Amino acid sequence: MEHKGTLTPDKARPAALAISGRKLLRPFIHLLGLLPLFHLAFLWLTDGLTFNPIQFVEQFFGRAALNLLVVSLAVTPLVTLSGWRQISRHRRALGLYAFLYFSLHFLTFLALDYAFDLREILRLVVEKPFIIVGVLAGLILLVLAFTSFKVWMKRMGKNWQRLHKLVYLAGGLVILHYALAVKGSLATLSGDILKPLLMGALVALLLILRIPAVRRFVIRFRQRIFA
Amino acid sequence: MKKQSIPSSEITPKSLYLSRREFMKAAGVIAGGLTLAACGITPDGAGDITGSTATFPAASDSVDTPNTYEEITNYNNYYEFTTDKTGVARLARDFKTTPWAVEVYGLVNKPATYDLDTLVKKFQPEERIYRLRCVEAWSMVIPWVGFPLAKLLADVEPTSEAQYVRFESVFDPDTFPGQTQPFYPWPYQEGLRLDEAMNDLTLLATGLYGGELPAQNGGGLRLVVPWKYGFKSIKAILKIELTSKQPDTLWSAIAPNEYGFYANVNPQVDHPRWSQRTERRIGETGRRDTLMFNGYGEEVAYLYDGMDLRKNY
Ligand code: HEM
Repeated sequence: MEHKGTLTPDKARPAALAISGRKLLRPFIHLLGLLPLFHLAFLWLTDGLTFNPIQFVEQFFGRAALNLLVVSLAVTPLVTLSGWRQISRHRRALGLYAFLYFSLHFLTFLALDYAFDLREILRLVVEKPFIIVGVLAGLILLVLAFTSFKVWMKRMGKNWQRLHKLVYLAGGLVILHYALAVKGSLATLSGDILKPLLMGALVALLLILRIPAVRRFVIRFRQRIFA
Repeated sequence: MKKQSIPSSEITPKSLYLSRREFMKAAGVIAGGLTLAACGITPDGAGDITGSTATFPAASDSVDTPNTYEEITNYNNYYEFTTDKTGVARLARDFKTTPWAVEVYGLVNKPATYDLDTLVKKFQPEERIYRLRCVEAWSMVIPWVGFPLAKLLADVEPTSEAQYVRFESVFDPDTFPGQTQPFYPWPYQEGLRLDEAMNDLTLLATGLYGGELPAQNGGGLRLVVPWKYGFKSIKAILKIELTSKQPDTLWSAIAPNEYGFYANVNPQVDHPRWSQRTERRIGETGRRDTLMFNGYGEEVAYLYDGMDLRKNY
């Protein structure tokens, strides 16, 4: 029996499978990260950007950023569920992809949608709760992306862990940003609220899987089944 | 429906159609490639086509080039089908808009049900080029074919108690996939005050670009209220009821603090999501200033004399 809370690599996994899996994992992660760009290129080439391409692309990048953020948030719970610790090496890459799409989302907003009209943008930031929430989330992602490299991890020591817990807050803020950006209402739970709600439920589930007691329970459960 | 007398070619010369389409390609490139320097261009070649006899009312400040047929029929908000604006045309393809009939009832002396052919024969639709401003901060210019709602209302003779007009659209989840979703209080309903409904700008549209009204644009019969946000202009109308109390509307039921009963285009009344100060005309990359009452103030401002438009948004 392992003692509480620690994760031991699964010894049961056949070595060959583990090695080929490890080899394939890196290209798979990058494929996942670049998928939205391929998708967008495909849409562009097939006239799929709608007759309002700026708004479409702005929303597209927003959704891509959210999706990758959720995937990066899913890494640790996936390790808990599967015991496959290799995945956690790629958490940073996924987080950086999320940051990439957020940057493109923000650039589309700044340059294409509002043509660098800083006065109007400032007014929006002050007036619109959903923009304020987005900006807060974006700032967190910026700081986390900047400090995500090994140098910073070493330099910051324990504080690095603490700082990077903010990714949960960013996740929550982005869900709120999404729910407030669509045409619907959280108050009456109606309108285009289904997708933000589902995404919110998913993020909540991923957070629940990180609660130490839940995590220990899942690990014990898995090990009992696959022992 | 019969073809209208004004061919669409007279409204937008084919060359302009094409130049706009070419322009859209360019805009696609800009958006796709993030070529930032190209922002703020407006399409050139916006010649004096609004000089066409059909233009009504006169374009107020700038040249209003009608959007292409392709743009108007492939970028639609029609949640009964789908929330995907480009998906509506595909889903609406099999929706039959003929025969079509609308029932007019309530506080009227002569309730009646009209089929589309009768409406067209009786009320003689004409061409009207209107700006359409969506609450999502995009806009188009659309050459509708239609007749003033006032003509139909005069025909049924509202009683002296009638103060509002309520419109109701289709309800059939088997035909409309969007109506299987529980998040919207279907069917779509809208309403106008009787004097708004009687204003000459208020149109019942039966056609587009000189032809039939495509299903995705609200065919058989739709409302067009050009000084209000697009969601007021209800599509596929089956019922028109004259009432004494203010009707409920779909969007104000969903988010009463955002979508009011009046929903007049008003750059001074802000919306929690989209800035209503500016808009993007479909086909352009830059933003334009949004005009009070969408530029139709001369025709409709009197309706709201003495009203606080911040409260009555
Ligand atoms: C500086 C910070 C941000 C700004 C100014 C901003 C701006 C916007 C705007 C203006 C919209 C509405 C677009 C429209 O409907 O026309 C939007 C939607 C959205 N944003 Fe952001 N955003 C920010 C940060 C973020 C971040 C950090 C994420 C995710 C990681 C994100 C994800 C989204 C999503 C998912 C939508 C909804 C797209 C849809 O309607 O499908 N945003 N944002």
